[in-house]
Amino acid sequence: MAAEFTIEDLERWNEKIIKLVEHFGLDPFPQEFEVCDHEDMLSYMVYSGMPSHYPHWSYGKNFEKLKTLYEYGVSGLPYEMVINSNPSIAYLMRDNSLALQVLTIAHVYGHNDFFKNNFTFRSTRAEYTIETFKSHANRVRHYVEDPSIGLDKVEAILDAAHALSLQCRRNLAIKKPSAEEELKMKMAESQPPTDPFGSIHRRRETTQPDLNKVPLYPDEDLLTFIRDHNRQFADWEKDLLTIVHEQAQYFVPQIETKIMNEGWASFWHKRILEALELPQELHLEFLVRHTQVLRPSPGSLNPYHVGMKIWEDIERRWDHPSVDEIEEFGPRKKNGREKLFEVREVERDASFLRRYLTEELIRELNLFEYKSRGNEQVVSRVADDENWREIKETQSHPAAQARSRRARSPARICRKNVKIYPPALGTRHRHGHRPG
Amino acid sequence: MSTIFRPYNSSSGQRSDRSAGDRLRHRQKVREAIRNNIADIIAEESIIGKDKNRIIKVPIRGVKEYRFIYGENAPGVGQGGDGEPKPGDVVGQGKDGKAGHQAGDRPGVDYYETDVSLDELIDLMFEDLELPDIERKRLRQIEIERQFRQKGFRRKGIRVRLDKKRTARSRVKRKKASIKHHPGAAQPQRFPFHEDDLRYHHTITDTRNESNAVVLCIMDTSGSMDTMKKYLARSFFFLLYQFLCTRYQNVEIVFIAHHTEAHEVTEEEFFHKGESGGTFISSGYNKALEIIEQRYHPALWNVYVFHCSDGDNFESDNEAALKAAQQITETANLFGYGEIKPLGSGYYGSSMITFFSQLQAANFQTVQIQKKEDIWNSFKTFLSKDRAREDAA
Repeated sequence: MAAEFTIEDLERWNEKIIKLVEHFGLDPFPQEFEVCDHEDMLSYMVYSGMPSHYPHWSYGKNFEKLKTLYEYGVSGLPYEMVINSNPSIAYLMRDNSLALQVLTIAHVYGHNDFFKNNFTFRSTRAEYTIETFKSHANRVRHYVEDPSIGLDKVEAILDAAHALSLQCRRNLAIKKPSAEEELKMKMAESQPPTDPFGSIHRRRETTQPDLNKVPLYPDEDLLTFIRDHNRQFADWEKDLLTIVHEQAQYFVPQIETKIMNEGWASFWHKRILEALELPQELHLEFLVRHTQVLRPSPGSLNPYHVGMKIWEDIERRWDHPSVDEIEEFGPRKKNGREKLFEVREVERDASFLRRYLTEELIRELNLFEYKSRGNEQVVSRVADDENWREIKETQSHPAAQARSRRARSPARICRKNVKIYPPALGTRHRHGHRPG
Repeated sequence: MSTIFRPYNSSSGQRSDRSAGDRLRHRQKVREAIRNNIADIIAEESIIGKDKNRIIKVPIRGVKEYRFIYGENAPGVGQGGDGEPKPGDVVGQGKDGKAGHQAGDRPGVDYYETDVSLDELIDLMFEDLELPDIERKRLRQIEIERQFRQKGFRRKGIRVRLDKKRTARSRVKRKKASIKHHPGAAQPQRFPFHEDDLRYHHTITDTRNESNAVVLCIMDTSGSMDTMKKYLARSFFFLLYQFLCTRYQNVEIVFIAHHTEAHEVTEEEFFHKGESGGTFISSGYNKALEIIEQRYHPALWNVYVFHCSDGDNFESDNEAALKAAQQITETANLFGYGEIKPLGSGYYGSSMITFFSQLQAANFQTVQIQKKEDIWNSFKTFLSKDRAREDAA
């Protein structure tokens, strides 16, 4: 299918969108768009959108699977894909209509802004993303070609490392103490706290901490732990574990902010396109696509929908608080826009839901909690007066988030960069997921 | 803020198929998984007499990526559709829930099937097998055609054999020559390819000589061979037949069916016709010996004899059978005897394996086939290269 637009069209719309982006106060990285066809898109999906990525058979497997699903029309391809790097790179499918391109360009700027400003992404070092992945690829290829190592050995390590790669710390903004710091902490803990009534209490005995214990404090990063404590490993084996660990760490912030991130991008693409004064035909198509992406998916959870609802609710509550809300929380010190930007910077999904998913919203979104009973999932709580808090707690739990991420798109969402799927396809047929 | 648009580049030279290497590796793994599961596949699928292009579904368990995932224990949150969800409503099925009823919101188990054509499967199966101890025999040698060896170049040919490098080179030659021939003449802007520049690979068919070989398949078709036993015997011979057809282009195959009498039959009859009657194993062996004597002299031919029976021979025939078997081992390179004793057939007749144990010959081999899964193993026992090597050692 020939593209029904030219690059000039895209550039013209992009200029208008950028004006609005700046007008609204969004602050994205410089953006690069690459127009690609469906084959390229499949490849990018498999390799997490990275122009360079280390080889592993699982990507080949995934490619075949996605291609088959796509060719049989079981699942669609994402409208776009954007990676967290500086400059940010996004891929646009050339077969999509102009309206869809405009929508995705606006959506991409939302993600881009979120990547740049949300605190969880600080650890990803966006300037070096492409280079890091390239370096990983070079190193892995080097080991494969090394006659004393070879493909089989490299694969054995990678297979095992992939299995554990997501067993790692999830909030990377918390600094991991070094070995010396841990030692100091352990020593400090063993000292009894200063007792203001020391003169009348019996002196507490100091217990000697067990400093030979490994690890001193529980370590969540399994791969690096194994790397640092297995003396049998050769350097290349350690390096492979490091590579897999670093890549997992790169994707952790995206896993931890799925609902916020998708909600934020959807919130802004809606704002931008509404302000864009689209010609009628484009506007109507935009409305259709927007609704398809944002529609709630009964039985599971659509992060686009839930996320956008919460963002809209925050804006409303700070711009136009109701009388009850003013009574309960006092007068607002910030307006809606200021509050939005603050929240996008300092929250992640768990805290975002805990703070801003209100009772009213739970009712409006018609959320319920379900549990496994035998072979069925059964509704265990609905949003009534007693239970809305529990529902919120459940949704803020990592397991539930993992599930809602998984529920949405047809493949490997966990290691994937954000993207929009054509929802008419894709959501119903799922095969062999990567677990979130 | 700057934005760059990179247009779509449709020229194929610029585009790379980056996942090709990983796909290849994945396919290798799939092949390996299929190879490891061949015994199951043969047992599960009735591949006998099936069309070669038939697609067989092969379950692949060997190429899984393992991960720790959240289980079903922790509760989750969903969104209601129309109307109010009530506690107790069923919203989804677990992993083993029946499919089709409702779109589940659980991910599928990472287990899938791949389609393989029977032809491919047979290729895979027979990769490591060969007719053991094939010897160089004097006189008549079979000519085996090995096709397509490149030899030389031609100016005419078909498109796929175009040698681009040579073609380009001859164009350069022609260009140099034309400049030399018309010195000082204004050079044309372009110097396009001419039909005379084209060079094609020339291929010849290569022939190679191989020793003559004949395989005699003897099957017991007596009344005691019930449907199950016949099925097992035919499965075995079908594999053998496929193996010979795939790997040896010019091996002659002789089919012999016997009850109390033996007949040489066609392939069609051998695989499809049922018979009944008593059992004189010696009749089959004598028929084989007769055919060998008439048509396939052991001095010129490599002879392989395979016999499948339920071992339920008529008592008085045993001595004769043993004698005939002895004679066969003297003439044949390999004499394989497969005894079919299905488990739970409730009937244990006499076993020829015990009886044949008197026969001490290195090229005589017996196996017992009890169930479908044994077929592949027994087959491998007879024909694997390792076996040949063990014997040599």
